[in-house]
Amino acid sequence: MDWVLLIEQLLNGFQFGVLLFLIAAGLTLTFGIMDFVNLAHGSLYMIGAFFCATVTLWSESFLLGVVLALPAVLLVGMLIEATALRTLYARHHLDHVLATFGLILFFNELVQVIWPLDGLRVPFPARLDGTVPLFLGIEYSAYRLMIIGAGLLVAAGLWFVVARTRMGMLVRAGASNRVMVGALGVNIKLLFTFVFGLGAALAGLAGMLILPILGANSGMGEQIIILAFVVVVVGGIGSIRGAFVAALIAGLIDTLGRSFLDVLLLAVLPANAAEAAGPALSSMLIYIFMAVVLFFRPQGLFPPSR
Amino acid sequence: MLIRILGASMLVALVATPATAAHKIKIGFITTLTTPAAVIGNDMRDSVELAMQQIGGKIAGHDVEVVFADDEFNPQKGKQATERLIKQDKVDIVIGYIWSHVLLASANTVMDAGKILISANAGPSQLAGKGCQKNFFNISWQNDQTPMALGEVLNQRGIKSLYVIAPNYAAGKNMVAGVERTFKGRIAGKDMTKWPAQIDWAAELSKVKSANPEAVFVFYPGKHGPAFITQYKQAGLEGKIPLYSVYTLDSLSLPRFQQANMTGVLGTTMTQFWAPDLDNAQNRGFVSAFKQKHGKYPSFYGAQSYDSIFFVKAAIEAVNGDMSNVDGLRAALEKADFPSVRGKFRMGPNHFPIQNFYSREVVKDADGVWTTSVRDVVLRDHQDPYASQCKMKM
Repeated sequence: MDWVLLIEQLLNGFQFGVLLFLIAAGLTLTFGIMDFVNLAHGSLYMIGAFFCATVTLWSESFLLGVVLALPAVLLVGMLIEATALRTLYARHHLDHVLATFGLILFFNELVQVIWPLDGLRVPFPARLDGTVPLFLGIEYSAYRLMIIGAGLLVAAGLWFVVARTRMGMLVRAGASNRVMVGALGVNIKLLFTFVFGLGAALAGLAGMLILPILGANSGMGEQIIILAFVVVVVGGIGSIRGAFVAALIAGLIDTLGRSFLDVLLLAVLPANAAEAAGPALSSMLIYIFMAVVLFFRPQGLFPPSR
Repeated sequence: MLIRILGASMLVALVATPATAAHKIKIGFITTLTTPAAVIGNDMRDSVELAMQQIGGKIAGHDVEVVFADDEFNPQKGKQATERLIKQDKVDIVIGYIWSHVLLASANTVMDAGKILISANAGPSQLAGKGCQKNFFNISWQNDQTPMALGEVLNQRGIKSLYVIAPNYAAGKNMVAGVERTFKGRIAGKDMTKWPAQIDWAAELSKVKSANPEAVFVFYPGKHGPAFITQYKQAGLEGKIPLYSVYTLDSLSLPRFQQANMTGVLGTTMTQFWAPDLDNAQNRGFVSAFKQKHGKYPSFYGAQSYDSIFFVKAAIEAVNGDMSNVDGLRAALEKADFPSVRGKFRMGPNHFPIQNFYSREVVKDADGVWTTSVRDVVLRDHQDPYASQCKMKM
C-alpha cells in the first residue's frame, strides 16, 4: 500500500467533500425548511464564480474578489427568492422543478451574454500557487488545503449560527415544523428570504473557492447540483449535520473510487474487463452509496427530529 | 385565341423558371453553437462563412445556402437537429460534427435519407472500419491517427513509461487506443474520466505523482484542456513530468493561456495534421484572411471546416449542381480533387483521408502571439488502422 498516495487521496476527497457541503448546506435548508426543490441552486454557485472572477481580474486580488462577490451573491439570491420563487412555495414539487429548471436555462444564457462564451479563468493567488510540504514527504496543493480550511471554518460558523443563535433556532424549528413556527408569530416570509440568501451565499462561496481550479463557465452548476442533491437526501433533508457528514463521505467515496477501484477490480477481473468496468463503476459509486443508505434509512442519515 | 395561348405559355414559363435557373443548393452544417463548447462551433462557422464569402456564395452557378444547426454538445439534441435539417430544411448534404458521440448518434439519420454526410471533425473508429458507409466521408482524420503520431514522437524521445488520462467516451477511447498502438514503452497508469462532467483531476494527478512516469499523455478538447493544464501546474507536476497532448492546446485555448501568462505551455509538443504555418498556398490564403477578418488565428477545427466547403464545392461542380446525383457526388468526393489547407492528400477507400501527421510546438509568433508551429513529419501518408476492415457496400 502506498501511504503517501492514500493520504493525498484522502485530502483530495476531503477537499471535494467540503466543497460539496458548501453547496448542499443551502440546498438542504431550502428543501427542508421551505419544502422547496431548487434545481437552480447550482446557478448561484456559477454566479458566485463569475462575480468573483470579474472582480479578481479587475482588481488583481482574489481576496477582494471573494469579499465583494459574497454579498453580491447573497443579494442575488434574496432577489430571486423575492421576485420569482416566493409565489411557488404553495405549489407542487414538480412546479418547483419546472420553474427552477427554467431559471437554470435563464442564468446559463445570461452569463453567456454578459461574459465571454468560454467563461473566465483567474490565476491562483500568488501565495497559494504551488505545493506545500506536509508530513511523510507529502507535497500537497496549497490552494486545495486552503479550500479544506475555509470549508471547515464555514461549517463551524454555520454550526454556531444554527445551534447557538436565535435565528438558528428558528431555522431548526422551521425544518421540524414549518406550520407551527408560523403559528407562533414568526415572520416566516423574512425567515425564508434569509435562509435562501444564506444558502445562495454558501453556494456562491463554493463557486468562488473552486474558481482558480475550474474557471467560471456557463453550465458549471449542473455538473455538481445532482451530487449536491444526493448529499442532501443521504444526509437527511433539512439537516446541516447530515449534509456535512454525507458530503464528506460522498467526496471520499468519489475520490477513493477513482483512485483505487481499478486496482481492486484488477484483482478479481481480467485486465480487459477491469479496464472497461473501472471508470463506469467509479462514476456510479456515489449513487450506489445513496441507494444503499436509502434502503436502510429512507429518511437519510441524520433527519431533523419531527 | 392567340392571346390565350400566349398567356398559357407565359404561365408555364413562370412556373418552370425557378426549377431550372434559380435552383438553390442547401448545405446543412451541424456544430456546437451553445454551451461553452460553442467557442469551437463559432470558429467552425466563421471558417465556413469565410470560405463561402471567398467563393462568392455560388457553386457551379447555383446559389448556395449554408444552414447552421446546433447540437448543444449532446448526442440526443444532435440527432434531433440532424432530423430537422433533413426533414424541415430539406438540405442536400450534411457537414459538421465536432463530437464523436454526437456523430455516432446522428449518422444513421442522414444515411437513411440517402444523403451524403461529411464529418468536419469527429473521426470515430466505428465509422472507419466495419461500420464504414458509402455515403459517409470524413474530411478531418480518424481519431486514432493523431495519438499514433504522438506515440512515435514519444518513442523518438526515448520515453519508457507513460501515464494516460483521457475522457471516457468514443473519441477518448480511440485516442488512448491510438497512442497504445505505437508507443513502445510501458503504460504506467491509465485513467478514463467521466465526460464531460469531470473537470477536477485531483485524484488522477495524485496517482500520476505516485506512479512517477517519464511522461503524461492527455486528450481534453474544449474547455477541459485549459482546466487540466492549470491543475497539472498547481499539482506541482509542470516541469517535473513532461506533458504531451493531442487536441488539448489549440488556437482557441492558447490566447487564454497567454492572458493568464502560463508560460509553461510554451515549447509543449503535440501532433496534428495541420498547423497555421503549414506552408501551402491554400493555407496561407485561409490563415491570413481569417486573421484579417477575426484578428486571431483559426483553429484546426476551422481549418477542417474551411476544407469541407472546398471539398464539396469540387464535387458539386463535378455533377453540375445536380444534388440528386448522389452517385456522381460520391465519386467526385472519393477523388477529393480540391485545394486543401493541408496540401496534397488522398481520400482512402474507407472515406477517411490518407495524410501526413506532423509534430507541432507551442511558440510565440513574430508579433508575440502564442500559436502552434509545425516541426517534422511524424507519419507520412498515413492511413488509419481500421481502413482494412472496411467493406464498402455499394
